Formats: sequence, structure tokens, C-alpha cells
Amino acid sequence: MSAHQAVGASGRDPAEITLERVRDGDVDITDVRIHPDTLEHQAQVAADHANPQLAENFRRAAELAALPDAEVLALYEALRPRRSTAAELLDHAARLEAAGAARSAALFREAAQVYERRGLLR
Amino acid sequence: MTNVIGRFRFMDAQRVNLDGFAVEDASIGLIAFNSPADPVPSLVIDAGGRVIEMDSRSAADFDILDEFIARHGLDLAVAAEAMATTDLAYARMCVDPNVPRAELVRLAAGMTPAKLASCLALLRPVELGLAMTKLRARRTPSNQAHVTNRSDDPLLLAADAATAAAFGFREVETTVPVLGDAPSNAVAVSIGAAVGSPGVLVQCSVEEALELEMGMRGLVSYAETVSLYGTEQVFVDGDDTPWSKAFLTSAYASRGVKMRVTSGGGAEALMGGAEGRSMFYLESRCVALARAIGAQGVQNGGIDSASVAGSVPGGVRSLMSENVMVMARGLEACTGNDALMSESDVRRTSRTLPILLAGSDYVCSGFGSIQRYDNMFGPSQWNAEDIDDFLVMQRDWGVDGGLRTAAEPHVAALRTRAVEAVRAVYRHLGLADFGDDWAAQAVDAAGSKDVPAAELMAPLIASRIIRETAVTMLDVVAALYETGFEVEAGRVLDMLKARVAGDYLQTAAIFDESMRVLSLITDPNDYAGPGTGYLPTPDRQAEIDAVRQQRSVEDLRREQAGHRSDQLRVVGPAVAGSDPREVVVGVSPAVAREVWVTLSGLTVVEALRELLAGLEEEGCFGRVVRVNDTIDLGMIGLRAARLSGSGIGIGLQGKGTALIHRRDLPPLANLELYSVAPSIDGPLYRLLGVNAGRHAKGATPEPARNPYSDEAIEARYHTKVVALVGIERGCCEPSQPPQELAVQR
Repeated sequence: MSAHQAVGASGRDPAEITLERVRDGDVDITDVRIHPDTLEHQAQVAADHANPQLAENFRRAAELAALPDAEVLALYEALRPRRSTAAELLDHAARLEAAGAARSAALFREAAQVYERRGLLR
Repeated sequence: MTNVIGRFRFMDAQRVNLDGFAVEDASIGLIAFNSPADPVPSLVIDAGGRVIEMDSRSAADFDILDEFIARHGLDLAVAAEAMATTDLAYARMCVDPNVPRAELVRLAAGMTPAKLASCLALLRPVELGLAMTKLRARRTPSNQAHVTNRSDDPLLLAADAATAAAFGFREVETTVPVLGDAPSNAVAVSIGAAVGSPGVLVQCSVEEALELEMGMRGLVSYAETVSLYGTEQVFVDGDDTPWSKAFLTSAYASRGVKMRVTSGGGAEALMGGAEGRSMFYLESRCVALARAIGAQGVQNGGIDSASVAGSVPGGVRSLMSENVMVMARGLEACTGNDALMSESDVRRTSRTLPILLAGSDYVCSGFGSIQRYDNMFGPSQWNAEDIDDFLVMQRDWGVDGGLRTAAEPHVAALRTRAVEAVRAVYRHLGLADFGDDWAAQAVDAAGSKDVPAAELMAPLIASRIIRETAVTMLDVVAALYETGFEVEAGRVLDMLKARVAGDYLQTAAIFDESMRVLSLITDPNDYAGPGTGYLPTPDRQAEIDAVRQQRSVEDLRREQAGHRSDQLRVVGPAVAGSDPREVVVGVSPAVAREVWVTLSGLTVVEALRELLAGLEEEGCFGRVVRVNDTIDLGMIGLRAARLSGSGIGIGLQGKGTALIHRRDLPPLANLELYSVAPSIDGPLYRLLGVNAGRHAKGATPEPARNPYSDEAIEARYHTKVVALVGIERGCCEPSQPPQELAVQR
């Protein structure tokens, strides 16, 4: 579809991922996980096709791609209704910001503000 | 009850009256469109580009949906133009072939929920169909299947997933009656789907966090159970907020997993939180939110609440309007036709047909490819019971509903391989050992009731091991490869590698069987009026047309030839008789050449024997003559009567229709006609012979009634009749005189 040459999150070229290597235990799940650069590329494609929100989603996803599964699951849990205090949400935001996840951080800050007004904090 | 007249007792007993119908009641959300409490569309933006009023509500009063939509969901650059476009103008653009899809999507991006709802509520049913044909994202329509069973039997799941793929479904959704079984189900269905076809997307619908976890481990390739609701209260009751859903959406994308959200009119009323708003307005909030959180698509059109929408006036129309709204927002539309919304076959067909005709990204967001009782989402609008109906409807209208005919030997082979693949993988990974009886039953089964050997604990234990030992799809690939299922291993691995490219994260993406992504990007809908847009390729059209039940004239010729008999043969030219007790039986030109059996299944020889025996009962005798120069039954009967010593003749077509004629009558007048050939049995031919004898003697015949049936006799037999008439015509020789036939008694 495009000139973008996608590699796995580990940096591995998908062409190297063969059945033999999978059998030999020489392929890790991060080899078949999407790379943040690929998500940025997909964001560009979405933006070019009149969907800036989808692009924004892919860019947030690019930030989350670097995080371990357990942390992503924990962050999701923190955003559910009445799971967190405002301070906790802002803490998450600060840590995300520091990890280069500015868009995800903004989502947490916004949630802290709105949850307060709508009574959705813990 | 005694006061109700029979006509109404009879009508009350019809299936449609099992459905519930509600008096419209806006106060509890039982209203499809335009509730008095729906807000007047409005949008006010301050100098800093911040939305300070939306749909008659000021920012200070925004609930969580308003807030998220106002901050993220609207294209403020086109908002002024979009909000100033009249509802009627936009509605007309929806059906105007000269206005491209992109223009409608551009304007919708600047419309508030109330505004877009207000515009689309103007579309009448046929206009909705046109709008859907133009607005859907992907050019090529598709369909999604449910594959589940009551016992979470991994072997049956795999066999049924392979079967669903064989029938053409490009997405397969499973779920569990027992939550703990989810990982096993995901693995079994993924293997089965890979046996059936490359590129089938698989999901396992469970609670949000567990579903995400399975996605991360590669056990599923898409997610759909990400529910949105149209009011704050119900949204929070669903244990999420727009922010958590936005995060979840990104979490899936971060692992390269496709996802769409779920909503649907009537859900809020069902959960007692509609705030007096119409279903369509609340759904408009959901769809606007879906766009705002960055989801690529929506399954809506009622879904679990379809029957709530279906209970109110205009409700079924609102379900389709919801789908069109998703398309107008530029998103993938998975268009409901999911949970069964009526006990009536007529109503459920009425609800689905416009969408099948218009074409959708997925006609059904869950066609129950298994039997109703095995569907753990609850019975679907369409189920295994209806696959042939659906295939025939595609063929009737020449449209692509995403399904194809699959031949029995092909499906049998796939089911066997799917069962063996799951057996091998589960054994290899130490998840379970399945016995031969279980495997054989699963291959053959039409449903889980046919698999008594299934052990309920097996999927639970397998799932526990999958979770505890952190089995990923890579382990499944390795197990498939090591146990000799190289093709399937390659297909499952290809689905994992597809995550690296991420092209299937884009709007409305599916894979074709060559693993090409078809999406808004690669296969954009380009409908712009007649002669444009999606048309099936010749190969695909042939697939749609060639249902396995179709028969050709050649098939019929072979069937007839199978009844060939030397008990009926030509003995020489026919001459006129003179005995007043003689009745001649005239048969049609193809008899004893190519036609040997009547539509009732009785052979022509058997029919003739009954006729002759009936004549003998009356002290008459018969003679059989083949009329070679006409296929008209009246003429055949008349020719026979004119050769007959008594002046009475019987005409018998090879297909079984028969009459009694007299030599002095005009061809189209006759004494008795037995017209419903498929229902004429031996005793009735016997009676016909008796009556012909009485006519010959001048006695009173017995009244013969044509057997009546409320079955669709014509639907069953007319294709055969057309072919048989064609064969008769081919045997007809205008210059050939009649011949006498001998019937061996």
C-alpha cells in the first residue's frame, strides 16, 4: 500500500520470521508487534483520508506501543469510572509525559478535570 | 377467548404475535426518532476555538459524552458550513449521485449529534438504501459470523470456524458461556478459521480487560466488544468513560489489533437511562463519540437491543438509519442483523433485506453460522438454519452479501482437518487429549447436541494452562508446524505478521484470500450512480449464482434416464380402433424416449398400468399410443380419442398431467383434467381410468377432485416442468404419425 517498510517492535524485519524460526523458538512476540514508527505512518494515512481522530488514536497507540502489557492494562483500569483520585490521574499523566507519551498524558489530565466535574473520581 | 371470532384467534396464533410491540412512549425512550426531549441542534464556538455550546447545552452542563465530542469529535473548520446546511439539503445530497461520498463525510465531520440525526431522519427507506450504497467505506461488501457452542467444545468450534470460512465469512466472532474458557475458544476458532481460509479475522468477545489481554498475546486478531452508550448514566453503568474507551482503543492499536466499538439504538431505554431522548438521537451521540475516540468502525443497528427498537413505530427504519450514520461519519459499518429481533421469518427478512440489497461493510455483525441453540450470544437474526436462504437471496437479487456456496465434500474435508489440527495442537501443547469418538462426532455434528462425547472440563483446563503458561499465538504456530499442519501454521503466522504492517488497522479493513487488505484506503467505495461502484467480478458472480441446489436440463435428463425401462416399447404404427369398449391412452412424444418418470415419482409405466387397470374395472380395455406431433395435452387427448373405438381418449404427459377427452370436442375442452401432476398418485390414475371407462359406456363418472396442498408446489416443480417441456419439445416431430406402445403387465 505504501513505501513504508514496517519492522516489528523489536526492530526485526518480518521477512525473517519464518515457520522454522518460530518452531526453533527464535521468534518473540515483540517481533510480531507493531512498531511505533508504523503507527505514525498509519496515522499519516488516516489523516490523509479525512480522519484526524483515527490518526490521533494511532499516535496515542504509538506512545503505548513502548509500554509493557501489564502497564497498559493498569492504565486502562485507572481511567475507568471511580477507580482513581484526581491526584492519581495526574500522577499517571506526569509519568506518561516523562516517558514521551504526551498525548496519552493529555488524555489523563483531561479525564482528571472532567471526572471531577461529573463526579467520576474515586 | 370465547368472544373472539375465529379469524382473530387464527391471526393471534401467527408467529409475529409472539413479538412485543410497544406504544410509543418518549418519557422512557421508547421512540425511534424525534423525541420532544431531543435537543435543537446548535454549535457555538468561542474566539479561542473552544466549543461553548452544543445541541442547546452550554459547556458548563456538558455530560461526559458532550465533553469528549466537543473536545475531540468535531471538525471545527467545517462546522459553520455544516451546521448552516439545511437538513433537507444534506439529506438530498445523500441520495444525489453527483455528490461524492467524500463531500458528505466532510460535512458530517462538522455536524453535532443532534444535527446529523436531524438530517438523516429525513431519509425514507429506499433513500436509506441509496445512501448506504454510496456512503459505506469499503467497496467490497462482506459478512461476519458467530462461531460458538454450548459446551465451548474446541473441536466443534474449530470445525465450525472452518465451515464459516468455507461459506465466505471474513470475520469470525466467538464468545463463551463460561468466561474461563475464553483463551481456549480463541485458539480453537483461530485454528479452525485458518484451516478454512487465509486471512479470516478472529475475535473472542468477553469482558474488556480480558479481551485486551488476549489481543496482546495474539490469540485474537480483532476486537469488537467495546461498548458505547448514549447517556452518561448508562455509559458509567457500563463501567467505562469516553476517556477509558479512547485509551482502550489506542491500547488495541498499540498491539496492532483491529477494533471497532459497539452501540445501538434502544440500549439506553433497555437499561432505563434514556433521559426521554429518542433512540436515534442517543445513537447519534454514540456514533459521534466513536469517531471522537478514534475508533475505525462501529457495529450498530440495535445489536442486543434490536428488538427494543423493533417494538416501536419506525424502529426498524431507525436501525438502518444508524448504520448510514456510521458511514456518514466515515467509519466502518458493521450493520447489525445480529441478535434475533423477531420470531417471524417475514419480519426478520424485512429488517435485513434492505441492507443486503444496499451492501454493507459487514451485512451482519454476527450471522449465527452455527445453529440457534449453540449461539452463546443468543440466537441471531440469521443462523445455520438460514444459510441456504441467505445464499438464495443473494442469487435472487444478484447481490453480494459476503457468502458463497460450499460443497459438502469440501466442508467435510475442512472439518476433518480442523478437528485434527486442534487435536494435534492441544496434545502438543499439553492442553488436552481428545478421543477418537469425540473427534468423529465433532466432524459430523450439525450442533453440539450431536457431540455427546465432549467433556465440559477440557476447555476450562486448557484455558487455565494457556493463561498460566502464557501460551501465545506463536506457540500455536509452532505446534501446528511441528504436527504437520504447515499450511495452517503459515496462515496463522501471516495474521500475526499482518500486525507488523498495521494496514488492517485502517477503516473497514478485511483480508481477501490472498491476504490483500481491502479497506477504505485500498478498496474505497466509488459508487456514483448506476454503472459505478461495486460489482461482483465474473468469478464472484458465478459463486453467488451457483447455489448447490441448482439443476440443469442435463441433470434432469440423467435423472430420467435412470428410470429407463424395457417394459414400455414401440410396437408399430398406431391405427384407429372400432371396439366400443376401447379407450386409447395417448402419451406425449418424449415418453419411452427420454421421459420415464412423472413429477409425483411414479414411473410412466406405473401410471399407465393404473389407467389400464381402471379401464378394466369398468369392463373396458385400453391401448397405449404415443402422439409424436404435438406436446399439447389437449391435442394428445383428442388424437387418442379419435383413434379410440369408443371415441373416448386419455391424454397423459410424461410429467404426469392427464385428462379425459372425447373425439367430438374442441381441443381445449375436455371431460376431466388432472392438473397437479406432482400430487397424482396411483389411486388417482386408477380413478381416472375408471371414469374414462364410464364415459366410454355412457355411465356416470365419479367426481374426481384434484388433490390440494398448501405447499409451494409450483416453486418445487416448475424448474423441472420447464426442462421436461423442453425435452418433450425436442422429441416432437410434426410429420411423425402416432405409434402404438406395448406396456408389459
